Amino acid sequence: MRKLDIPAIQHIATGAALMGAGGGGNPFIGKLMAISAVRQFGPVTLLDPSEVPDDAVVSSPSGIGAPAVTLEKFPNGSEFKLAMKKLEDLLGKPITAVFPIEAGGINSMMPLVVGAQMHLPVVDADGMGRAFPELQMSTLVLAGHKICPIVMADEKGNSVIINTDDPHDAEKFARAITVQMGATAQSASDTTTGKALREDGVTGIMTLCEKIGTLLSAVSQYPTVADALQDLLQVTHGYHMMTAKITDIRHVTKGGFNFGTVIFNGLDEDQGHTGQLEFQNENIVFKREDTVLATAPDIIALVDTETLMPVTNEMLHYGKRVFVLGIPCNPKWRTPAGIKSVGPRYFKYDLDYEPVEDRVKAFRSQTVEAVK
Amino acid sequence: MKYRLGIDVGGTNTDAVILDEQQTVVASIKTHTTADIESGIDHAIAGVLAESGIAPADIHWAMLGTTQATNAIVERKELARVGVIRLGYPATVAIPPYTEWPDDIVQILSGQYALVHGGYEYDGQTLTIMDDDELREVLTGWQGKVDALAVVGVFSALNKDQEEHVAAIAQETLGADIPVSLSATIGSIGLIPRENATILNAALYKVIQRVTRGFSEALRQRGVNDATVYLCQNDGTVMSLDFAAQYPILTIGSGPTNSIRGAAYLAQKKNALVLDIGGTTSDIGVLVNNFPRESSKGVEVGGVQTNFRMPDILSIGLGGGSIVRQHADGSVTVGPDSVGYRITEQARCFGGDVLTATDIAVRLGNAALGDPSLVTDLDDDLVQKAAAEIRRMLEEAIDKMKPSAEDVDLILVGGGMIIVHGQLTGTAHTYTDSHGGVANAIGATIAQVGGQYEKLYQYANVDRAKAIADATALAERQAATAGAIPESTQVVDVEEIPLAYAPGDTTRVKVRAVGQLK
Repeated sequence: MRKLDIPAIQHIATGAALMGAGGGGNPFIGKLMAISAVRQFGPVTLLDPSEVPDDAVVSSPSGIGAPAVTLEKFPNGSEFKLAMKKLEDLLGKPITAVFPIEAGGINSMMPLVVGAQMHLPVVDADGMGRAFPELQMSTLVLAGHKICPIVMADEKGNSVIINTDDPHDAEKFARAITVQMGATAQSASDTTTGKALREDGVTGIMTLCEKIGTLLSAVSQYPTVADALQDLLQVTHGYHMMTAKITDIRHVTKGGFNFGTVIFNGLDEDQGHTGQLEFQNENIVFKREDTVLATAPDIIALVDTETLMPVTNEMLHYGKRVFVLGIPCNPKWRTPAGIKSVGPRYFKYDLDYEPVEDRVKAFRSQTVEAVK
Repeated sequence: MKYRLGIDVGGTNTDAVILDEQQTVVASIKTHTTADIESGIDHAIAGVLAESGIAPADIHWAMLGTTQATNAIVERKELARVGVIRLGYPATVAIPPYTEWPDDIVQILSGQYALVHGGYEYDGQTLTIMDDDELREVLTGWQGKVDALAVVGVFSALNKDQEEHVAAIAQETLGADIPVSLSATIGSIGLIPRENATILNAALYKVIQRVTRGFSEALRQRGVNDATVYLCQNDGTVMSLDFAAQYPILTIGSGPTNSIRGAAYLAQKKNALVLDIGGTTSDIGVLVNNFPRESSKGVEVGGVQTNFRMPDILSIGLGGGSIVRQHADGSVTVGPDSVGYRITEQARCFGGDVLTATDIAVRLGNAALGDPSLVTDLDDDLVQKAAAEIRRMLEEAIDKMKPSAEDVDLILVGGGMIIVHGQLTGTAHTYTDSHGGVANAIGATIAQVGGQYEKLYQYANVDRAKAIADATALAERQAATAGAIPESTQVVDVEEIPLAYAPGDTTRVKVRAVGQLK
């Protein structure tokens, strides 16, 4: 158990933007909300999963909707209290801790807002170990836990309860209600037990995000950026797949989601090579020439070559220089059911999933062969 | 003959030019920027008039591009006490105004705010109904406690009626003279950065009064009595003093914009990259249809995050005075530190003992400055490595700013442009001009009067052509209000940006119009 202060929150937001794999929204509003809540109500308690009682009732507060709308109309702050209260009424028992559903710019911060406001501890675990666009894409759902009941709330004190056993229906209903609530809403969902979260969630994610954020805030203290990058790869168990410059970006917005392709030209040791990234809110497939080096659910993240700060997909532009990183996802995703729900085929790419570490090792040994 | 006089105040130099009716440069002068700014401006006016030999009465237009608003924010000087009214309650309470501002500036602005009912949803529906009694109570309570108001409403880019209604009530309760800044006229989508920009705008009203009075007075003292006076905006146009009094924040960032516009004029190009090399830094901007490309990122001013329009500029620490060093491993670096305006004392070619980028240019025979014999002993390897490093830094920066992978034309201006020799990779043709050193003052002087209007439309409900016609009419009216001859206004740019994830084809339409000086 430890307290999270404002610098810790800033670090977590930075780290979550990296683990968000290009998506998860702009961390600006979420971070300011968490900081304001901590200034008003005091620091948040972070619990190690081992400290949560087996029978603890844990739920996840999160935001849903259009990030662009959230930049203009953000919450009152009381929506979560309302949603949590309604959820407790439904469950007939108090919620004793909260957790983030995903590591991403906005939703990594919402449990911290609730934790400060309601003096509830936040568990160091999430349901993805990264960010994904849809509610049913969580390791908790994968393990058979229910998303519902979901309580959605808006700033006017309205609340709506969704109750269905089908995770895809839950996603569908929640989207429709969000539009009526002004294209952005807050919710509480994914109620489970302390034991289940420990066993079926992705543990240690907040601490990992904080470690990443702390490291990135101190890049200028390393002798070179390359040294800092080595440390970042060590902390994330990641691979440096390419050093490159963005030479083209094609964006399409379809059905409220953001699709696109990014083309890279290699720099430095990758001079003369090209890369291609496909994203659907989050980054899904990265190729060097024709060789696929990483696919979802492994995390494909872009970081700036000078600051190592995460580059989320709304920040892409021609000429931006990045390191393309591949980070292994949590092993819970690497089951047939996990691959089916968030692997490349779910996102309509005709590719088999192979772990990023295998793909990168195979690619590197081929390259060595070619040099010989 | 009618002449124009233009002045651009930069961090190091205050430059002035006089142009005739054909927009030919009649006289130009470069002077040092002074700590109080005003004496430097006065000095520049006197100097350029003397050099031109023109009768002061023949100056019909005078333009000033100045950094005083930026300096006031950075130095926390002369700022007003601001009351902030945010329309949108009960939404947005989670982040109150002034969150994450530096404490010292909040104290000076008094930190007073009220979150009241009002605002719109993303589709233009009312978020909550405004309550006049509530507003009157807040504003009456601020009598004698605030000097200016900042009004910001949720989704006011869709409809600014509510913000204007607050201004009307403020005039009833706080007096007709109370300066009121409305966020819909200042910033873009993004409530917090727009609110921040609006608060800064409100805080600057005394500063802008001093600047306009000071400039008018300085002109009068030098015999320029009949000129129409304008201040430069950061989009490459100018505004009347009355208009500037309402929008002081629009002066921030006018310096780099003026360089880009001046460069465009000298090269007679409408689309190009502009590289302005000064003594300490190089600024790269993008000229699109005769105006600077706007930055899509927010801009931090004095520690405050804002999103008002600013030119998209990349600055790198490389200029004529940048210091050249050779390291133990043989590698050579240039900058980011510089001898600045002391170059004529400290650089090797002027008899000093600091090796600068200018010395490298002189040694290579690319520039005739100082005494070339003082640099003949420089090691050839060092000189080649330094020249390669200068080239690498510029080429990398150019590549970052290019709109696409194709080669682009480059216009080279600024006092430090001698450090560039030959074609840089990524560029098609390079333009230079003997007046390139005062491109910024030229940019200030040739400007037309401009107006911009930005609004959100839902194409699902409003016909696209009608939406654009509406925004165009509003932009042209804005240009006329800023001081343009109404019949002369014309649209220079229409931009449509769909709002990602928002239903109903919500699109941000931005129109820019310009017109002739009165």
